[in-house]
Amino acid sequence: MGNIMSSKICAVIDYGMGNLHSASKALEHVSVNTQVIVTCDPDVIRKADHVVLPGVGAMRDCMAEIKRLGVDQVVAEVSKSKPLLGICVGMQALMNHSEENGGVDCLGHFDGEVKYFGDNLIETQGRDQGQVLKVPHMGWNTVEQVAHPLWHNIADQSRFYFVHSYYVQAHNPNQILGHGHYGKDFAAAIAQDNVFAVQFHPEKSHTAGLQLLQNFLEWDGQA
Amino acid sequence: MALAKRIIPCLDVENGRVVKGVQFVDIRDAGDPVEVAKRYDEQGADEITFLDITASHHGRDTTIETVRAIAEQVFIPLTVGGGIRTVEDIRNMLNAGADKTAINSAAIYNPEFVKEAAEKFGSQCIVIAIDAKKVSKEGEPNKWEIFTHGGRKPTGIDVVEWAIKMTQYGAGEVLLTSMDQDGVKRGFDLELTRAVSEAVSVPVIASGGVGNLQHLADGITVGKADAVLAASIFHFAEYTVEQAKTFMQQQGIEMRI
Repeated sequence: MGNIMSSKICAVIDYGMGNLHSASKALEHVSVNTQVIVTCDPDVIRKADHVVLPGVGAMRDCMAEIKRLGVDQVVAEVSKSKPLLGICVGMQALMNHSEENGGVDCLGHFDGEVKYFGDNLIETQGRDQGQVLKVPHMGWNTVEQVAHPLWHNIADQSRFYFVHSYYVQAHNPNQILGHGHYGKDFAAAIAQDNVFAVQFHPEKSHTAGLQLLQNFLEWDGQA
Repeated sequence: MALAKRIIPCLDVENGRVVKGVQFVDIRDAGDPVEVAKRYDEQGADEITFLDITASHHGRDTTIETVRAIAEQVFIPLTVGGGIRTVEDIRNMLNAGADKTAINSAAIYNPEFVKEAAEKFGSQCIVIAIDAKKVSKEGEPNKWEIFTHGGRKPTGIDVVEWAIKMTQYGAGEVLLTSMDQDGVKRGFDLELTRAVSEAVSVPVIASGGVGNLQHLADGITVGKADAVLAASIFHFAEYTVEQAKTFMQQQGIEMRI
């Protein structure tokens, strides 16, 4: 909870796209000495110690609002130095380009594409091999971790809650720090230096998700 | 490893209390919704669905407060349904902390509402709730029709066609309740579940009729559902969610344990 003892600030960027209640409540729940502020004010975001870029909804609308509110500028600034966590569409927005809504240019922080799972997605491995998969990819799926401070105290192959029809295909395999699979391999987590982004919803992923958020608030941005 | 099938305990809430009717009539009190939701969260529920069966406007404010209280303490997805009729209703529930809203009869009166809602908030938070009754007779090909008003009023709408249409309009998930089975504990209508699940490309939640753990497993393996919803077997502590998950995993179903 935000109180007068708080010494740090975590800004959850509000660009008008949907519901930020879950993300801010979950961060407050795990925070020891951090005040969580939901805001689109660039000055508040610049002063924050940690920054979260969430997102739900369609990419074209998200990017339009990000640009209209100048969130693209402030994200470009803070991504140079502060610990930044992208969630779901917030992760996708950090890529070069998304094929959603007929094609949308994104922020280009990470090299890679956001692609559609497809209308006839077939499982290629495991016990569901050959089965037609439902899209969106909705529910609890496993993530194969690559060592990073944000996975601290979370067992490898833990399940997280996903809901998405588009997935991230990263160009640099070394940046993929969480491997997901649903019909095809996709980046469940991508990171470089002080920026970490996840396709799943840690704020909805019970103890594993809360642990990741706590790890983020304790993270100094060093891999 | 693959995507896990989900168990979704359902809270039917009236005037701030969890209740469960047998075929929507005989109501038994099952406790404070926040306490019940926390208990299911601790037992490993994959999501929670909250169905508001309160009729009055005054009661709706109570519902928003209850949703807010649950969302502050439970960090798994929360779906809210019952009386969702306008874009404003959806916004209120999302702002209170719901992740998805279930639209039922409002879609029947105005199908465009689903389209509008999905465009505004995204398909991921729009669930189409369907109350189905079997209308075909013995020996005829299966046919199910949508009923409103707690199963009393037929609409003439075919369930499978409606499910397809609503997902084309942008619903991201189907919550399918068999009104014939609801509350009577003889298991899901598996033929209905399978017919809908195979007809749509989005996930389907089977609902109505769970009396034991085998029923839950059958919903997945026979009914081809992506998730199973149950109320009374969990409310009255006949089984825990954890027991249900272990049982289903032993039957070869991928679960989050």
